[in-house]
Amino acid sequence: MLRLLSVRLLAMIPLLVIVSFLIYSLIALVPGGPEVVLAGDNPTPERIQEIREELGLDDPFLVQYWNWLTDVLQGDLGNSFVDDQSVWSAVAAGFPVTLSLVALTLLIAAVLGLALGLAAGLRPGSWIDRLSTVTASAFMALPYFWVGMMLVLLFAIQVRMLPAVGYVPFTQSPLEWLEHLILPAFSLATVPTAVVARQTRAAVTSVMQEDYVRTARAKGLHPRRVAVKHVMKNAAVPVVTAFGVEANRLIGATVVIEQLFALPGVGKLAYFSVFSRDFPMVQGILLITAVLIMLVNLAVDLSYGYFNPKVRTS
Amino acid sequence: MTRSESVDIGKPVAVPVKEDGDGDGGDVAAHVSRTRAVVRRFRANRSAVVGCALLLLIIIVTAAAPLIAPYGPTQVDISDRLSGPTAEHWLGTDSLGRDTLTRLMYGGRVSLAAAGLAVLIATAIGLPLGLISGYFGGVVDWFLDRAADVLMSFPAIVLTIAIIAAVGPGLTTAMVSLGIVYAPRMFRVVRGSTIEVRREVYIEASTSIGTPSLMILRKRVMPNILPATLVQLSFLLASALLAEVTVSLLGLGALPPTASWGSMLGQAFQEMRSQPWLAVYPGIAIAIATLCFNLVGDGLRDAFGRETRKA
Repeated sequence: MLRLLSVRLLAMIPLLVIVSFLIYSLIALVPGGPEVVLAGDNPTPERIQEIREELGLDDPFLVQYWNWLTDVLQGDLGNSFVDDQSVWSAVAAGFPVTLSLVALTLLIAAVLGLALGLAAGLRPGSWIDRLSTVTASAFMALPYFWVGMMLVLLFAIQVRMLPAVGYVPFTQSPLEWLEHLILPAFSLATVPTAVVARQTRAAVTSVMQEDYVRTARAKGLHPRRVAVKHVMKNAAVPVVTAFGVEANRLIGATVVIEQLFALPGVGKLAYFSVFSRDFPMVQGILLITAVLIMLVNLAVDLSYGYFNPKVRTS
Repeated sequence: MTRSESVDIGKPVAVPVKEDGDGDGGDVAAHVSRTRAVVRRFRANRSAVVGCALLLLIIIVTAAAPLIAPYGPTQVDISDRLSGPTAEHWLGTDSLGRDTLTRLMYGGRVSLAAAGLAVLIATAIGLPLGLISGYFGGVVDWFLDRAADVLMSFPAIVLTIAIIAAVGPGLTTAMVSLGIVYAPRMFRVVRGSTIEVRREVYIEASTSIGTPSLMILRKRVMPNILPATLVQLSFLLASALLAEVTVSLLGLGALPPTASWGSMLGQAFQEMRSQPWLAVYPGIAIAIATLCFNLVGDGLRDAFGRETRKA
């Protein structure tokens, strides 16, 4: 296990080098370069030259990249063009918000998706199965941000039950934290719920046809006990798979949802940085996101071995 | 939006080829009957047919918008702003007094065309590279596969937004960026099916009688990876539509006064307290179109696949 982990972590290094190069190269795409963005309106050529020297933009591109990379490796992602705050501290400030949002989303998706998938898979062809399938298809097709808007419309504007915007830290008030996050988390959870439900249904229907389930039922075990003892145990794999597949999309979706619900997370920061062309911030967030996604994928791959010993050796 | 990648496309339907001497991929009759069988199976799938019909309807209505829309897309009626559904404006008007039904039709044109453009670019890049990578393997394959890894280690929407940040907003920019971001998804599917097809005996037979690689790719491999490609195409279209909407919603895609489903939704969000209906319509339109793409994709996959059909 430890060997596998270290091999996989080492394999990430070349990928990360290319990813970081790509991220840094984004600067090369900017018309006029970051110095024009930094210099503001109607800059004098002298001012632009001054900034170019300050940022080291007259160095060859590879040298610039190398300087940036060595800074990054020393934990320095640079400072914002907008307010000179360090990229790390800005991201660190937003991280708890985004983490809360994603965690709650995954929780909702796991509970709801498993329930739908189990109900459908245990009785294929029944009305519960059809209801669950229709719900999953609808969750798949409804745009998550639109679901968010409709939830705001219902629960914040029509019935003033929940706040439409803002965030309260968990440490300050757990209840208000939940109130502020439940709507955005639910709208983010639609697609993962559908994916978990589908995967669970498929897994459950195939497990139900296994010989050991037949045996268990034949020897008179109560169907509910069969479901819990033999079927549920196998349901973890599809959920983990679904989370792995969805992690990438989910991180992207937080950008939109945090914007809609005015949550001060990393997604909102990313959006603001793009709009204000705050390149160090955009680069930093992209790099952190890429590393996070790689780690999630690695964790998902490794967890297969935990849940399903058959794949451990391969 | 990676959910389409996990979809099991089913094994490419490899039809055993009876060589009929002209070196064009064998028995023509076998090809025709296979196509017929696929069409028959697709038509037997009720939800796929409904999805297909609805999609056609949406495309026709949006394409014919200049002919059938009751107003102009930017025609302003300042005396009748934010109205609910009325006899003159069936779906009401927005904050500038523009007719919502009209803008929905024109917006659909923009959104669907944008999604199509992105998928076209993704296919133009992903299909040939996937073929080359899967068929020839080796260093080229290793390199291209790593490149796909790199592009796929970002959330699609974040990477698209980052490219827009560098190049500047606008729908065309957004969709070209999205096309590049989606290219690995097409590449992966094409590469995977090509690798599977390459192992078939008839490819070995063709190689051994000295058929040039390009001919094999065109006549033997292409027809057999087509099913997987088509299925991926419809799922990518659904994703691309959603991405267009997302980008325009954030104000980075379609810029005012151009109507797109995304920009309409973005404006509607601002007006939600005064006219909630504005946010409802574009969402329903997007959901129906997405559902149709997914239904067609599912239908195609079932019609092509051998194993999946039974389930």
